[in-house]
Amino acid sequence: MRLLLFCALTLGAQVTHERLLKAEREPHNWLTYSGNFAGHRYSPLNQINTSNVSKLKPAWVYQTNSLQKFETTPIVLDGVMYITESSSHVTALDTKTGRTLWRYRRPMPDDIKVCCGQVNRGVAILGDLVYVGTLDSHLIALDAKTGAVRWDTNVIDYKAGYSITVAPLALKDKIVVGIAGGEYGIRGFLDAYDAKTGKRAWRFYTVPGPGEKGNETWANDSWKRGAAATWVTGAYDPDTNLVYWGTGNPGPDWNGDVRKGDNLYSDCMLAIDADTGKLKWYFQFTPHDVHDWDATEVPVLIDAEFRGAKRKLLLFPNRNAFYYVLDRVTGQFLLGKPYAKQTWAKGLDDNGRPMRNENTAPTVQGTVVFPSVGGANNWYSPSYSPQNQLLYIAVREAGHIYYFGEAEFKEGEQYNGGGFRSIPGEPEWGAIRAYNPTTGEAKWEFKMSSLPFSGVLSTAGNLVFGTTAEGQVFALQGDTGRLLWRFQGGGNARGNAMSYMSGDKQHVAVTIGNSLYAFVVE
Amino acid sequence: MIWWAAIALFQQTIALDIPSKNPNTSEADVAAGRKLFNGRCAGCHGPAGEGGKGANLAVPRLTRAQEDRALYRVIRYGVPDTEMPASLMDAHEIWQVAAFVRTLGRVQSAAVTGNAANGASLFKGKGGCIGCHTVGLEGGRSGPALSGVGARRGAQHLRAKLLDPSASVPENFRMVQITTRDGKTIRGQQLNEDTFSVQLRDGADRFHSLWREDITAITSERKTPMPSYKGRLSESEIDDVVAYMASLRGDQ
Ligand code: HEC
Ligand code: HEC
Repeated sequence: MRLLLFCALTLGAQVTHERLLKAEREPHNWLTYSGNFAGHRYSPLNQINTSNVSKLKPAWVYQTNSLQKFETTPIVLDGVMYITESSSHVTALDTKTGRTLWRYRRPMPDDIKVCCGQVNRGVAILGDLVYVGTLDSHLIALDAKTGAVRWDTNVIDYKAGYSITVAPLALKDKIVVGIAGGEYGIRGFLDAYDAKTGKRAWRFYTVPGPGEKGNETWANDSWKRGAAATWVTGAYDPDTNLVYWGTGNPGPDWNGDVRKGDNLYSDCMLAIDADTGKLKWYFQFTPHDVHDWDATEVPVLIDAEFRGAKRKLLLFPNRNAFYYVLDRVTGQFLLGKPYAKQTWAKGLDDNGRPMRNENTAPTVQGTVVFPSVGGANNWYSPSYSPQNQLLYIAVREAGHIYYFGEAEFKEGEQYNGGGFRSIPGEPEWGAIRAYNPTTGEAKWEFKMSSLPFSGVLSTAGNLVFGTTAEGQVFALQGDTGRLLWRFQGGGNARGNAMSYMSGDKQHVAVTIGNSLYAFVVE
Repeated sequence: MIWWAAIALFQQTIALDIPSKNPNTSEADVAAGRKLFNGRCAGCHGPAGEGGKGANLAVPRLTRAQEDRALYRVIRYGVPDTEMPASLMDAHEIWQVAAFVRTLGRVQSAAVTGNAANGASLFKGKGGCIGCHTVGLEGGRSGPALSGVGARRGAQHLRAKLLDPSASVPENFRMVQITTRDGKTIRGQQLNEDTFSVQLRDGADRFHSLWREDITAITSERKTPMPSYKGRLSESEIDDVVAYMASLRGDQ
């Protein structure tokens, strides 16, 4: 408690890079999408813990005015919560009462292109500005005190199929932001902007152009529509000064014939110099993907003993159903093994390259493959608890029938080359599992009767919070997986939970259906 | 990135610019639509759209899809809470399939033989169907209401349902038997379930809802209580009942 008070008094409203670096020093706030730069989604707060979590009750509920999916992770700074709402709105809420302090409502053109809903996953904060990416592909800086627009930068023309749904990542003096639109034959990139002015600092194209290394992995001119979008917030390590960011599937999704080759840098982990935007290393999980398995999960950075030596690791539960451990300094592949049912690969070779099974590509008649299009994990955040040294993942157990189709490109239209549907008679289910992060072995499992569409939060109260497609939020004991608390919130839950203090009370906040709930122990 | 689309598509009608008239109706479009239909739709609707598990599409007027835009929506988003799935074809392909579906309406579908009026009395009398199924205001509730069954299922499928009901039980149909912690046994049709609880309706039409921790044993079977009418009704009586059901196209 003393520590908290100290922080609240000495730190002003300005969010500096130093504060973001040491986010765990002010656990009453939640300053980045994943709670820290390392992608942990772990709260060091323990006021809510295994002994009192059964008494958790809503302190307040905020209803959004939209029937679109509500995927935001709130950012909390000194008693104020910043959320995004569909389509690309930002609202500042009082953390104690849930009442609105200001609203920014962005008018949206009718012809925005989104494959999967008019969603947004949250803001970033730096200095006295709040940053939001919009579905019409702008990056906007708002005054944290008033919601007034301070600058508005057009990232790219949305009409060609681009949009922004990702929560930007603020670091040093820059705002890093990715792009969505992988179903529209876009050419993906990752951008950084000057936080004060909105001027572009660098752009890294995730599909290399002619003459650039990697361009030869795309047949003919298929690179022009190669997709490899960057729609999920990555991580940052100040020691390597690298930004770690996953890339999406190559386009078109299910017809690989028109883009023969490995299709770099689709389905990759990229390590990019934060100052220059230059690629330091990459690792491709699914070369020549024909199942839409974006590597747009949240990377988790930990320093741990790996086979006898202390190493800087990057943990990655991939949509393709393999769990990966990489060396995040060099990109070296260290470990990879299935963590959910998969039928597409015999395994990974010594370099981490998949050894594919025969006859797993989509066909006109349909091919049954595990995992599903949604994958064994998706953008749903994993959580790493340093307290228990366990990695928690909301795992999805399902397959699909994958179809091959013609792929004809027209700017601004979907470019899929096939489709999918569920396998008749095949149950689909989920689980929260706790893994030893360096071996990938599961320690416990909490079974769910359906697929989750959201990730997990762990806390120093030895708790793991998750949600279900049927609208429940629940708490498990972190070291055992025992169910300790649940609450029905009334709609498909689509967001990742987070935690903060309001006054002297710890809150756990999460979106369920079209509402944002903040829970407390009374 | 399309992972959630299957579900999302059911839930939302994004304000897309769907033209009111099918823009892709050339002969080549119809041919491409036929190919797609054979791969994606024929399994349920039959290769000539004559209906099966899916509705008979070889009719002049589709109840859910009279206008082109409505047809587009049905194909793209499916029909929620039925077995008609959403599809993830692109707009162009959907219009091509729609163009092909429209050609089906111009062929005569095989006429249903049998006497519907006689089928109606068998339904209430000898067949005993009315004990388990409602038509309009009348009937029992252990089976689904059949008021609109002729619009959503083809005649062949209806006949097969009478002869071998267990061959086509819906994916989500479950009969459950539950033993509770306090020693009670409850049997019935499952209405819902999730990670933490189960809801059902018992044989006396009472609702039950149980937390999983209060359940000591649960068996769940995708097994229909509907008896087979093979041998119970004569060939021509089966024809009559099928004709009656095919005529039930109301109240959707
Ligand atoms: C898994 C089975 C299944 C598949 C596959 C399927 N359908 Fe259906 N379809 C149904 C069922 C069942 C209905 C009836 C829904 C209701 O109204 O209860 C239906 C209804 C329809 C209707 C509305 C009929 C009316 O009378 O208004 C159209 C049109 C249709 N389907 C077209 C298609 C097309 C085109 C495809 C392929 C892209 C397709 N369906 C694939 C099962 C299926
Ligand atoms: C003991 C109760 C029972 C009796 C008697 C019974 N059914 Fe059923 N029927 C069911 C149940 C339960 C279902 C739903 C599960 C299934 O599809 O098998 C069903 C399903 C059906 C369906 C499929 C409905 C759909 O939406 O596809 C049809 C058609 C049907 N019954 C017709 C009949 C007819 C005609 C008779 C009489 C000749 C009859 N049933 C007698 C219980 C019964």
